[in-house]
Amino acid sequence: MTALPLSRSRGIQWSAVLREAGLTAFVAFLLTVPLVGLRTVDRPTGLTIDARFDEVLVAVFLVFIGRLGLGLIREGQALLVLVLALLATGVGIVAPLPTQVLEVILVGGGLVIAIRATVTLVTNRSTLSQAERDKRMDVVAAKVQHASRWLAPIGIGFALIFPFLPFADRHLIDIGILLLTYIMLGWGLNIVVGLAGLLDLGYVAFYAVGAYSYALLATIFGWSFWVCLPLAGLFAALSGVLLGFPVLRLRGDYFAIVTLGFGEIIRIVLLNWYEFTGGPNGIIGIPRPTFFGIADFTRTPTDGMPAFHELFGLPFSSLQRIIFLYYVILVLALIVNVFTLRVRKLPLGRAWEALREDDIASASLGINRTNAKLAAFAIAAMFGGFAGSFFATRQGFISPESFTFIESAIILAIVVLGGMGSQLGVVIATFLVIGLPEVFRELEQYRMLAFGAGMVLIMLWRPRGLLAHRDPTVTLGGARKAPSGPGSAAAGGVS
Amino acid sequence: MTAPNPIAVTGAPLLRVEHLTMRFGGLVAVNDVSFTALNREITAIIGPNGAGKTTLFNCLTGFYSPTVGRLTLRHPDGREFLLERMPGYVISQKAAVARTFQNIRLFSGMSILENLLVAQHNKLQRASAWSIAGLLGLPGYRRAEKEAIDLASYWLDRVKLLEYADWQAGNLPYGAQRRLEIARAMCTEPVLLCLDEPAAGLNPRESAELSELLRFIRDEHKIGVLLIEHDMSVVMTISDHVVVLDYGRKIADGTPEVVKNDPAVIRAYLGEEEDEELPEIVARDLGVDGSEGHRTGEGT
Repeated sequence: MTALPLSRSRGIQWSAVLREAGLTAFVAFLLTVPLVGLRTVDRPTGLTIDARFDEVLVAVFLVFIGRLGLGLIREGQALLVLVLALLATGVGIVAPLPTQVLEVILVGGGLVIAIRATVTLVTNRSTLSQAERDKRMDVVAAKVQHASRWLAPIGIGFALIFPFLPFADRHLIDIGILLLTYIMLGWGLNIVVGLAGLLDLGYVAFYAVGAYSYALLATIFGWSFWVCLPLAGLFAALSGVLLGFPVLRLRGDYFAIVTLGFGEIIRIVLLNWYEFTGGPNGIIGIPRPTFFGIADFTRTPTDGMPAFHELFGLPFSSLQRIIFLYYVILVLALIVNVFTLRVRKLPLGRAWEALREDDIASASLGINRTNAKLAAFAIAAMFGGFAGSFFATRQGFISPESFTFIESAIILAIVVLGGMGSQLGVVIATFLVIGLPEVFRELEQYRMLAFGAGMVLIMLWRPRGLLAHRDPTVTLGGARKAPSGPGSAAAGGVS
Repeated sequence: MTAPNPIAVTGAPLLRVEHLTMRFGGLVAVNDVSFTALNREITAIIGPNGAGKTTLFNCLTGFYSPTVGRLTLRHPDGREFLLERMPGYVISQKAAVARTFQNIRLFSGMSILENLLVAQHNKLQRASAWSIAGLLGLPGYRRAEKEAIDLASYWLDRVKLLEYADWQAGNLPYGAQRRLEIARAMCTEPVLLCLDEPAAGLNPRESAELSELLRFIRDEHKIGVLLIEHDMSVVMTISDHVVVLDYGRKIADGTPEVVKNDPAVIRAYLGEEEDEELPEIVARDLGVDGSEGHRTGEGT
């Protein structure tokens, strides 16, 4: 389209900037005519279509101005653009506009461009090449990764005292449980996707196997949660091995498609095996967990177990069970985390990463690829199973509805967004993907819009995820400092 | 160049390739090739492009299973392995055959030290009791890991990469990546090291260093080296034994001097040409130029 200016010494290339802005406006026009310009209205005479061309016009104009602003920033006119963008924001706030959407566009767009211009003014960022930008981002990611040494204990400490903080009500603790469930699932899937490099699109299948294992064992045999939890993990791991054997010889896209299919098979079996799983009705009345088989959380336990509040001399509160559940999932999630952090430094974890990097070379070094991948699959499935049985006991009701593909996609999005293989990244991504929509419940209809926009932004800025920085699992003391980014090795003068 | 190794001559061959044939549909990539490689010797396999050298390597290291033929590896302690019956990873694990690749295959996102630790996977995996002792942090595993790091450091020192141990492997310059790949193969503690064009893309000084390294591996570590190489300056100076392939067939076999003067080899490299000074030209070509593919006859 238009060539990027190589230096700032030349004058503003008005024609190029205008052409680019015009082209963008044209694309905006094509998009807004059907999306904004036509509106179906339900009238007594039937469904009719209203045209809203003035809105289209304003939208296209705004896009034109916005793109022009970005172009001018690139041409080194950031100060001018900053002033104009702030002016536009002011106008957007003060002046009456035909629709609220346009006001949002004017204010929001003006602010975004103003921020962009400020960033350019402060850091000169737009003059950097893409490689330099990546390098800077990587340095930031490395800093965050290193900061996790003290960030992690603070986070865990906060998570431990969180239910007893004054502002933690039932709603917030519920969100906390939800977040921790997804963090656990993210950490579990990270073993397969982040470490072993196998794109698993059907992780929710193992979550479902764990949930149904617990629900069925508990409702049919009446076994307690603490007996069923390891069994659920075992069943999920077995289903992982069962799927793994035929599938692991496939690679890349083919592997992803088969795991996707497996996820759907599990869901459809659960949906149709009416006699066993209850089909679409699901399983109701799943027993709640007891306090390690010692005490029950109900006010008056029926089966001779002492009540929790009486045992500990507390007043009865339904919050006690919620807080207990919170700690159960916190401990489960931390087990997954500790396991992953430790296994990375073991031969098994290194073999996974080696398989991700180059599986032919791994085989030439004597690594049994099938066994290593199966181990990754089974272990991740086991953790998924644990999370599943926790989910079943927390909800008290499960049905195939909870284990659709979108769940797999969300867990995968958490892993990829966070930066493959990064434990802290998974936490941050969970807060973004699960936490934000929970907090902004009123804006729920825009959730998918924001989700998509977020994904596009990540693809543009951090294609390898937010915290895609890998630290070596073992270092040789006294060696030369490792370079911070690609390309710097050439200056190292090796050999 | 080197005097025949007395031990190698008396002992049974390290590797015996018998009637090896590899067909891909109608294409016969390797056609009834037989040769032996001795312990403590560098055996070079040369030939024009498409002669079947890399296919031969892939059969040896289990990436292909040969259509016909037997590949016998005899360890110095007398154990024998039939390589054509073993899957790829077992050949490295049990038969102790290590290889490098024509297009370098490092774990480029991992550090150099990690690359060398992955090479010691099976040893460490046993020491970590399939991760259980490792997860618990038992002292036995820690000791094994320390030994593995010592071995890695030894080889890093040998290939002059010790001070870059914590670098990402993909950030190394090309020549250093080649050396690292050899170090990684040696960390598996092989009895037979198969190198697929280790000198490709190296400058003359790096090639000389490579020759030095290969001699060191042969003499100090007392293992057999199998070498595919186009750089004739490397092949002719360090090989004890040269096997020449052309169109999948073996056309010559012997010491570098014998092969250099073999008319069939000259034909394969230079094409048919009646000229009394041919051997000299060939010697120059094989010794200095090292390029191949002059099938249509060379004018100079």
